[in-house]
Amino acid sequence: MSRAALLVLADGRFPAGGHAHSGGAEAAVKAGRITGAASLESFCRGRLHTAGLVAASLAASAVLGVDPMALDAAADARTPSPALRVAGRKLGRQLMRAARATWPSGELDALAREFPKGAHQPVVLGLAARAAGLEAVDAAYCAAYESVSGAASATVRLLSLDPFDATGVLARLAPEVDRVADRAVEAARGVCDDGVDALPAASAPLLEIAAELHAAWPVRLFAS
Amino acid sequence: MHLDHTHDGPAAVSADAHRPDGSRRALRIGLGGPVGSGKTATVAALCRALRDELSLAVVTNDIYTREDAEFLLREAVLPPERITAVETGACPHTAIRDDISANLEAVEDLEDEVGPLDLILVESGGDNLTATFSKGLVDAQIFVIDVAGGDDIPRKGGPGVTTADLLVVNKTDLAPYVGSDLGRMAADAKAQRAELPVVFQSLRSGGGVQDVAGWVRAQLAAWTA
Repeated sequence: MSRAALLVLADGRFPAGGHAHSGGAEAAVKAGRITGAASLESFCRGRLHTAGLVAASLAASAVLGVDPMALDAAADARTPSPALRVAGRKLGRQLMRAARATWPSGELDALAREFPKGAHQPVVLGLAARAAGLEAVDAAYCAAYESVSGAASATVRLLSLDPFDATGVLARLAPEVDRVADRAVEAARGVCDDGVDALPAASAPLLEIAAELHAAWPVRLFAS
Repeated sequence: MHLDHTHDGPAAVSADAHRPDGSRRALRIGLGGPVGSGKTATVAALCRALRDELSLAVVTNDIYTREDAEFLLREAVLPPERITAVETGACPHTAIRDDISANLEAVEDLEDEVGPLDLILVESGGDNLTATFSKGLVDAQIFVIDVAGGDDIPRKGGPGVTTADLLVVNKTDLAPYVGSDLGRMAADAKAQRAELPVVFQSLRSGGGVQDVAGWVRAQLAAWTA
């Protein structure tokens, strides 16, 4: 394997559609829950330990060879908001296109055939990491980091936040990203033994509720 | 451009000339240009000129609303199922150049749902003079500027003005009112673009509309040849 493949996959410029999504930041900014670097950090911390942990566990499980169909159903069950399920599948479809072009793989082809409109993004991310020769921990890091980096860069655009402050937030969260990635890999090992019910089901009700409200806005900068 | 290589498995990856079932896909033409230059109105005029002879669809890239898609729907230039809007996350140029996946999905879904199609017009969100379309997304691109944006724009050049397959200088009827020198714009465009074509268009008087439609027909003839 090449560990550098992780840099390709985790690069914010990897053309997989993430730039059009705010990870809930747009709704949180409008609601006054993100007003600057400090509240962005709180928001990201909440996302990391809930949606981020679940995504990282799904991705790590896919790398370990857990059935992607079962993982996709588990992702659905852990995503109460229909708007977030749609966004997750859209992003999964976009990542699938980029991943198949970058690391051609029979497993990716099979999943694309099964879900022409997209499987959940973390499941595709895990299979992409597997196709790139990466390990479960790599996919877990990628998912955990993405769960906060998208919201941070969206907030730079939404609030004209100082980009150095936003990057500082991500750096301060790094030790927690480490812990979430470790927990995700541990959970994924449990899934190999006990099935997908062993996946964490941490949820952030405000993210889900705000996503539903956001999806109904007539004017918005981000798709979710 | 490798338009003719084929892929195993489902769904085309990018610019493949063929759809998964082996049929030739629709020609895709991008329309870009600054905010307010008349991209949406040009799309509407093209739809009216071509809809009786071609099977058409449109993808709009609104920046933060669905206004462009709604304008086309209100004008009833095409049935609603033939118009799709893509959301671009505050970066219209990213969605047509650096990360084209959402737009590729939109064009592929249109072909699946209302196809077979001859032509898909992909309209960029209003942007700046550097915005160009990826060759992975479109086969040819039109850059639309207008005389009221300043008659020095062709002289300034930039990727859109210099490299677009067709440059449309719109709103020529306004030239006397905004002091724009059409002769100078034509000369500057010629200097920047050499043999690449330029059309001066006025949607009010109708001048140039048929020239743009004729250019599109020629692109389609080359694509299907």
